[in-house]
Formats: sequence, structure tokens, C-alpha cells
Amino acid sequence: MPNKTILQSINEALDQSMEKDKSVVVYGEDVGYEGGVFRTTAGLQKKYGEERVFDTPIAEAAIVGSAVGMAVNGLKPVVEMQFSGFSLPAYNQIVTHVARFRNRSRGKYHLPMVIRMPYGGGVKALEHHSESLETLYAHIPGLKLVIPSTPYDAKGLMIAAINDPDPVIFMEPKRIYRAFKQEVPDEMYEVPIGKARIVKKGNDITIIAWGALVREVEKAMDLVPDVNAEIIDLRTISPIDQETIINSVKKTGRVLIVHEAVKSFGPAAEIISLINEKAFLYLEAAPKRLTGFDITVPLPKGEPHFIIDPEQIAYEAKNIMAFEA
Amino acid sequence: MLFEKYDPLKGEMLQILDHEGKIVNDKLEPKISKDTLLKMYRTMVLGRVADEKALQFQRQGRMLTYAPNIGQEAAQVGPMAALKDNDWLVLAFREFNAMLYKGVTLEQAFLYWYGNERGSRYADEVKVLPINVPIGSQINHAAGVAYASKLQKKDEVAIVFIGDGGTSHGEFHEGMNFAATFDVPMITIIQNNQYAISTPRHKATKAKTLAQKAVAYGIPGIQVDGNDPLAMYLAVEEARKRAIKGDGPTLIEAVTYRIGPHTTSDNPKLYREDEEVEKWMEKDPIKRFKKYLIDKKLWSDKKDEELYEEHKQNVLDTFKHVEETGEVSLEEIFEYTYENMTPNLIEQMEYYKEYLKQGGNE
Repeated sequence: MPNKTILQSINEALDQSMEKDKSVVVYGEDVGYEGGVFRTTAGLQKKYGEERVFDTPIAEAAIVGSAVGMAVNGLKPVVEMQFSGFSLPAYNQIVTHVARFRNRSRGKYHLPMVIRMPYGGGVKALEHHSESLETLYAHIPGLKLVIPSTPYDAKGLMIAAINDPDPVIFMEPKRIYRAFKQEVPDEMYEVPIGKARIVKKGNDITIIAWGALVREVEKAMDLVPDVNAEIIDLRTISPIDQETIINSVKKTGRVLIVHEAVKSFGPAAEIISLINEKAFLYLEAAPKRLTGFDITVPLPKGEPHFIIDPEQIAYEAKNIMAFEA
Repeated sequence: MLFEKYDPLKGEMLQILDHEGKIVNDKLEPKISKDTLLKMYRTMVLGRVADEKALQFQRQGRMLTYAPNIGQEAAQVGPMAALKDNDWLVLAFREFNAMLYKGVTLEQAFLYWYGNERGSRYADEVKVLPINVPIGSQINHAAGVAYASKLQKKDEVAIVFIGDGGTSHGEFHEGMNFAATFDVPMITIIQNNQYAISTPRHKATKAKTLAQKAVAYGIPGIQVDGNDPLAMYLAVEEARKRAIKGDGPTLIEAVTYRIGPHTTSDNPKLYREDEEVEKWMEKDPIKRFKKYLIDKKLWSDKKDEELYEEHKQNVLDTFKHVEETGEVSLEEIFEYTYENMTPNLIEQMEYYKEYLKQGGNE
């Protein structure tokens, strides 16, 4: 099987979906002629023409709002927000329409569309290019939020997202777009939305992460070989895979959640609540979260203070392991 | 009068100093003092030298992402020279020269692109809003600044910059309409540098000119040769008079060209031909302004050489200082979130300090 990066895998998923299904259209700022600022959509316009793959004016609300119209009229739009930090002009459309069309029309209309957005820090970028805004989307009923952490999952989740009858926010961890390769099948396949992946089985502690931080957790566990962690890659933030999380915590009794999104009211708060509701009596230590601080993501000179690295994850895991009631 | 004569719907573009540095419209040549002319030129050369060096620093891995202004110096300096010290400057992000002219120091301007928020902490008397990355959103800020000037009867205007790409954004429309509706003293400069990253202007709007968008807001709009510092000066001088009189905003489209990449992350060879760039390099604003100053006996080749040398040294020294002092402390990333740090933030900072004390690395 050929080795591919996350970026190549997403490109391939889009390519094959467009080939197979004429209703798939791809558009956004700079996605057409030059193939995206990260080259995620490279080659698609050449292959499928300017009507199905095109550059738009800089207007995120128009990109998402028009996708609503296209989706109710027979197309499957896969649109790009150049960076998640720039998705906010479209937030009005996403929250007030994308998430609600099915409910509002009592099922007459539904929106098979995907909103792609590179997200996350660690790339030494300017302001608004490093945010982790999972909560803004996971909090909205009617949206699904998917974040791959490997090339294999990136392809399978993208195909699943395009085939999904509901709107999917697809956040792409840009820090690892090209960081590593993995064997990825050439043929089309789906990775199910709503299902977490157990990266590594273990009995001591459950560590939950997604996106670029999954690799950081794996590296962290190499630093503490005496800790036998079960690592879960959540893959879908919403709808959350309760079963995988709860089963794991029941087994380990200890849990660490790692995310780059800021701490307060963030995804880890939801996951810990879930654990308290469903596995409270199995806990052997207080569940912990290692997250971004409650601050604006600093510009690159201050960003190293903000970024979570394997040493810090290992430090937290050891602390939780040392806890005795 | 100027705005009636140069009607964007008729496709007339204001030019005073042509590509070769000849006055082609002597009736309109603005009367600018010698000191101001020289300040304009010195700023443009400083901007050019800083841009070229910044691109080098970036290639050497010493500077982060950088958005160069090469070719757009006149579109920025012409307007600023026509304003007063108490006027406001509301930025997008490609206005390095305008910032320098307005009193932002070279060190601050560099510090921002070096990745340090202190680069947006300008001196108290410098009425410049920080660099504004979300496209188009700054127009509304300028409308508010100008509304406040009017309400408080302050004798000042707000000038706001945006790119050609930014005019596609919803907030451009909202801000322009708001400003026009309330007759606020605002001047909008569209730096039409022909590209929104890779997307050429003609693929972003059907409108023949960007200046004509003013018509729908019921305000004057004018298309100006953005590489002509005198024309840019004149248009803004007139717009300022209108604004101060209470006649409301003006929309000025500076027709220019982005000689460099969008930012250092961009490769323009993917979407445009070298010949197009070369054609625009012949319209260089600095070259023609220098010729004008020499013709007026205000400048010489010798002075020019000295100026470039002086600026080069200044840029090297300043950037070295930025590198020596540009680090950001742990406390700093927390302390500007609110006026007072919340208990939550204090706890998070203390936690991290404890982690570092236990041997953790940054």
C-alpha cells in the first residue's frame, strides 16, 4: 500500500468523491486555480473544471450560505474556510442555518455538506491562524465535528463526511498535514463518524486526545515506559463516542484529556462530565485535563509557553498515576 | 470638484505624476512643503529597504511570515502625508509605510512580524489601531472611530485601509454603509494591488472599478494611480476637507500592484506570469518620485545613495535589536487578557511555573 500524508489523503478523498459523484463541488478562497494555500485541493480544478472547483471572493458567509442553497438543490458542497480562525464571519450562517435546516423544515430539507477548516497551533503563524475552536462547533446541535489525526483516518473520515446526510465540520490539524506518512489504500473507504479509535490498549490510565496532539501523547508515553496507558483518539468530537470512553475509564479508573483548545468550557469539561455521570464509581483519581490556557493564542514568540508538548503530557500522566485516594 | 471630475463610472483615473516622473496634470499638482516631500520620500525608501531586508531575514529563518509592501509605497505614504497628526489610522495588514509615516517605529513594526504582540503597542500619542488580520472587519472600526470624532466635535478624521480582496467581504459593505449613513469623517483607501492571494481582481468582482462601489453608498469615489504619491496626496487632501466639513466619507481606490508575494508563505509563480510583474515594476512609485524631487532640485543621486545606505544600516541595527529583545515571558501571555488577572488565569500560570520548576521544558 502506498504511503501518504494527511494532506495527500484528504486530496485523494476529495478527488475520488468528485470522480464518483457529480454532485460534489469544492470551493473557497484560493482553492481552485492554485489548489489552496496548503495545496489540499491541488489538481482538482484541472481535473473537474472551474464549475465544480472554484475560487470565491473573500467572503466566508457567502461561501457557507451559498453551500446551504446548493445542498438543498441537489449538490454536495465541500467548502473550505482558509483557517478556522477565519470561519467566524460564516458562523452566523453555520449556527443559524446550516445546523437547523433539517429541524426547521421537519426533515424536508437536509444539508449534505462539509465545511473544511485547517485548525490548531504550533506552526508559528500570525494572529487568527492558530486557534482550536472545537467548542464553538461541538456546542451547536445539528452539526457534526470530525478531526482526523492520521492519513488513513483523514481519507476515510472525509469520504464519510461527504456521504453523510448531515452537515459536517471537518477540522484539519495543519501542523501535521505533512508531518508523517502512513499506508493508505488507493480505493475508497469510510471511517465511521462518531466512533473513536483506540490507538493503544492499556490498563493504567486512559488518555484522550485528537488531531495533532494524538502523536504528542504517543511520544509522551515513550518517555514513561512504566505507565501503561490506553490512548484514545476521539476522531469525532460530536457526536461523541461515549461507549469507547466509558469502557476504557471503567477499566483504568484514571483519565487525562489533552487538548489545545482553551480550558474553560472546553471539550474536556464535557468529557469529564460524561465520565462523572457514567463511570464515577470506577474512578481512582480525579479526572484531569491538560489544555490550552484561557488566553488568546500568543503570537509565535510567546507560543512555546502555550503549546502542549510530550514532556508536559508525561508529567501529568505520572501525577495522575501517583494519586492515591 | 475633484470628485465630480473623476467619476469612477466614467473610468477616469487621477494621475499627476506619470510613470516616468513627469507632471502630466500641472493644474492639479498639490502644493506640498519641501519637508513633507522629503519625509514622504524618505519613508518610502525606508519601507522598501525594510521590506527587502525582511524578506532576506525570513529566508534566513530569522523572521516569521512577512507580508511585503513592495510597489505599494505611494498608495500608503501619499495619503498619510495629506493628513494631520491628530487623525486616526486604522490598519489592515499591508500598510508598513503608512505606519512608519504615522509614527510607528521601525522596531515596533518589525517586532510584530517577528511574532511579538509588543509590536502592536505603539506610543501613546500615535493614533494607530493594531494590525487587523480578519479581512474587511476594520472598516467598521474606522466608522466607529469617526463617529466618535464627530459626536465629540473633535477636529480629526479616520483613514482606513483595505485591499481589493477585502471589498468582497460583507463587512466592507456594512462599514461603508454605516459610515455614509451617518456622514462620519472617514476616508477609505482601497489598495487595489490586483490580487487577493492568488485570485485576480477581475475574478473577485464584476465591477469595472472598485471606486464605483461608492455610488451605492451615496458618497464620492475616485480611482487614483496608486503608484503616484502626488495624486494619492491630492485625493486624500480633498477627502479630508469634505470629512472635516461634515460631508461624510470618501472612497479612494489606489490602483497599484503587489510586486512581492501575498506573504512569505505564498508562491505567486503558481498564479501569475513574470512578465506581468516586470510590466508593473516599470511603474515603480519610488523611481518616479525620485525623478520628481530631482527635477525640483530637492534631491540628488548622491543624497539618494546616502539615504539607502543609512536606511540599510538602520534596518540591520533595528532588526538585531528586535532579535536581542524580542522574547516573550510567561507572565506576558497572561496579563493582557483582562485588566486584572482572574483567579483562573493566576492558577493556570502558577501551575505552569510549578511544572517548569519540576524540570519541565517550555
